[in-house]
Amino acid sequence: MSEIASQMELNCEGLNCPLPILKTKKAIDSLNSGEILKMTATDPGSVNDMASWAKRTGHELVSHTESSNVHTFLIRKK
Amino acid sequence: MADTKKLAIIASQGSLDWAYPPFILASTAAAMDMEAVIFFTFYGLPLLKKEIDAKVSPHSNPAMPMKMPFGSKEFQSMNWPIPNMISGNMPGFDNMATMLMKETFKKKGVATIEQLRGMCQEFGVRFIACQMTMEVFGFEKEGFIDGVEYGGAATFLEYAADANISLFI
Repeated sequence: MSEIASQMELNCEGLNCPLPILKTKKAIDSLNSGEILKMTATDPGSVNDMASWAKRTGHELVSHTESSNVHTFLIRKK
Repeated sequence: MADTKKLAIIASQGSLDWAYPPFILASTAAAMDMEAVIFFTFYGLPLLKKEIDAKVSPHSNPAMPMKMPFGSKEFQSMNWPIPNMISGNMPGFDNMATMLMKETFKKKGVATIEQLRGMCQEFGVRFIACQMTMEVFGFEKEGFIDGVEYGGAATFLEYAADANISLFI
């Protein structure tokens, strides 16, 4: 498990494209620079989508882990 | 951002299935810090109505899978090909297909059109309604949601000239 503490948690389990991305954007907007968002999703497409989203927006995808089909992303706001 | 990317979409179709791509792409583009504009014309205009009543018709979509939103996983993954003779002649068939698609989408965690449209507006996606087709088809501004701009081909093209991505849907 990740040792990095998150300032906010967002549950996108059960949601499909593009909702995890849209909700992540909304959540990250409410954080301060440098803070960490922990997002969980079951949409397998979110793995590539989160990487693309982070690349485009400049927020840092700190880590991605998977456990029994639940993907956990840690994102540091730029 | 110094180099903001721009997305320009023309939404020309108003059925439930075709309503998704413009709103999905525009909301996601905005979530990726891009600028996005959707220009609604012809049958895309009803997507700006306060109450969206988009339907889907298997009759004109021969490749459309017909799935049941209930039952076991195996049952739900079965395809039910419906001959055009039935889908085109049975009253209420489109309503049933629309209900099935909406229910399947809901079960799969897909957003509704209304939800995606709302997020587009929240994220600052610009909606432009085609003035000419509004007059041709008798659409009134009063019937549309707030925040819609009105214009014609030149309005769209002025924006699209600097767009990185332009799509006709």
